[in-house]
Amino acid sequence: MSSIPASPKRALLSAIPIAVILFFLPLLVAPYQVTLLAYGLIFAIAALGFNLLLGYTGLLSFGHSAYFGLGAYAVAFIVKYLEITSMEVFLLGGVLASAAVAALFGFLCVRYTRIFFGILTLALSQVLWSLAFKFYWVTGGTDGLRVPTPSLMGVRNPAGEDKMIFLAHRYYYYVLVIFLVGASVMWVIVHSPFGKALQAIRDNETRAEFVGVQVWRYRWVAFLVSGIYTGLAGTLWVPLNGLTTPDILHWTFSGKIVFFTVLGGFQTFTGPIIGGVVYNYLETYAVGHTVYWQMVLGVVLVLLVLVLPAGIAGTANRLILKLRREA
Amino acid sequence: MSLLETKSLTKYFGDTHAVDHVDFSVAQGELLALIGSNGAGKTTLVNLISGLLRPDSGTILFQGADVTVMSVHDRIRAGIARSFQLVTVFDQLDMLDNVCLAIFARDGKTRRLLSLANSDHAVSEEALGVLREFGKANLLAGGLAQGERKLLDVAIAYALRPKLLFLDEPTSGVSTREKAPIMDIITSIVRSGKITAVIIEHDMDVVFRYSDRIVVMHEGAILAEGTPDEIRRNEQVTTTLLGTRLEAHEHARA
Repeated sequence: MSSIPASPKRALLSAIPIAVILFFLPLLVAPYQVTLLAYGLIFAIAALGFNLLLGYTGLLSFGHSAYFGLGAYAVAFIVKYLEITSMEVFLLGGVLASAAVAALFGFLCVRYTRIFFGILTLALSQVLWSLAFKFYWVTGGTDGLRVPTPSLMGVRNPAGEDKMIFLAHRYYYYVLVIFLVGASVMWVIVHSPFGKALQAIRDNETRAEFVGVQVWRYRWVAFLVSGIYTGLAGTLWVPLNGLTTPDILHWTFSGKIVFFTVLGGFQTFTGPIIGGVVYNYLETYAVGHTVYWQMVLGVVLVLLVLVLPAGIAGTANRLILKLRREA
Repeated sequence: MSLLETKSLTKYFGDTHAVDHVDFSVAQGELLALIGSNGAGKTTLVNLISGLLRPDSGTILFQGADVTVMSVHDRIRAGIARSFQLVTVFDQLDMLDNVCLAIFARDGKTRRLLSLANSDHAVSEEALGVLREFGKANLLAGGLAQGERKLLDVAIAYALRPKLLFLDEPTSGVSTREKAPIMDIITSIVRSGKITAVIIEHDMDVVFRYSDRIVVMHEGAILAEGTPDEIRRNEQVTTTLLGTRLEAHEHARA
């Protein structure tokens, strides 16, 4: 976050090639692979939001499943009760629902830090999980709620078109554009005066207070932005998955969001993005190859903490800096 | 009229009278040293005035206005800033960003989410100006030597453009060689008429050499106050408090 000075020009120069690759990839690989990447980009959006709190504000949330789940269930309710299948309405509903609840939960949580903050976020998210679990006549309980293929910008999916083709082409590009815009906006936020104030709070709360930063208000706004990003991810995820179940509200899903971020490296901007994409491939292939997939992920997590505590992006950054110094 | 005045300011910690009915005042433009043994109540007094602690009773007047129950944020707006005894800088930000942050906060610009911090050239220029005044170039704050971190700590508080600046032991934990440059910079900004400063200091060489006036605290109360010469001649102070240290100081001078 600090070792390489941030300039919009340099950030764009490294982002454009990646955007170009992401843009042309559907022409080169199988549709199934493209949908995997779409999942990865969606997890990346969730992790970007989560890391505004962890990496930049110094708050570890164990309850981000709440906002992801709210985004997803908001969409399911729009379909179930309003019978609307417009993606733009989904986005509006998902973002508003996650923003409202993040504002409320954040208001309660940001007065605490460290373990107290973590436990309180976890407890509040579990309340939502139990609601989704118990109120089955509304939420479908463990069966969940189905979400059909949405119309994108008013354009309906032509009848008879394979759903996989839709997801791997039009829907993938829809996700890609939102991901690119979302990542750019987040990049600006963390480099804004507001972002600097968050980093100051992370480094030294008391000192931040004594330069005139009203610590809890800034934490609250960070919490709100963070919840909106994760809610946006949940909103994009549910048409791809076709179904939402209480699993994504459970605290173990919050743990996955933590995993994405630590895997990629929480002390870098790109870490959560890389983590979201890589984790998704890792889990998909582990599940596909062994029934002991949870053990595989566990071993990866242990190795990560012991060998690469800085995560993928953090370790890469260090190597680049080292090579530069030696050159 | 004094810049700052406390009337019968009191703070208890359990049975300890940390600050006990203290009438303390700071005059415009002076460099005041607050001295006393450990536990005399110096830091508590500064904590009360800066808003880190709430007093049990008494009032604090700043420029004639009652600031006793004002929030830290509003006190900073009013012009009261401080540094801390243990160096507190933002370690993962570079020096320039440390100072920029103070300026952003002062100007209410930290509310901006959607503009880049380093594209605000007015702020960067001002921060560079402050760092130049402190004789420093830009480095990552975490990798600085102790003396430089102390200076940065003072620079952050100074960048808030306060009227009254409290410095809690600006030279503690710093080598003797580094003390003079730090105090020279602080003295020069006070002499230029930009701020009034109160330093808490244990090094008597520093206290007698740089301060205009000295306030001596003992067991939560003010024992004596006066010019360095008056304090040096005050027997009560020399016997109960300074004792051997002052003798050593006189000896060193002779």
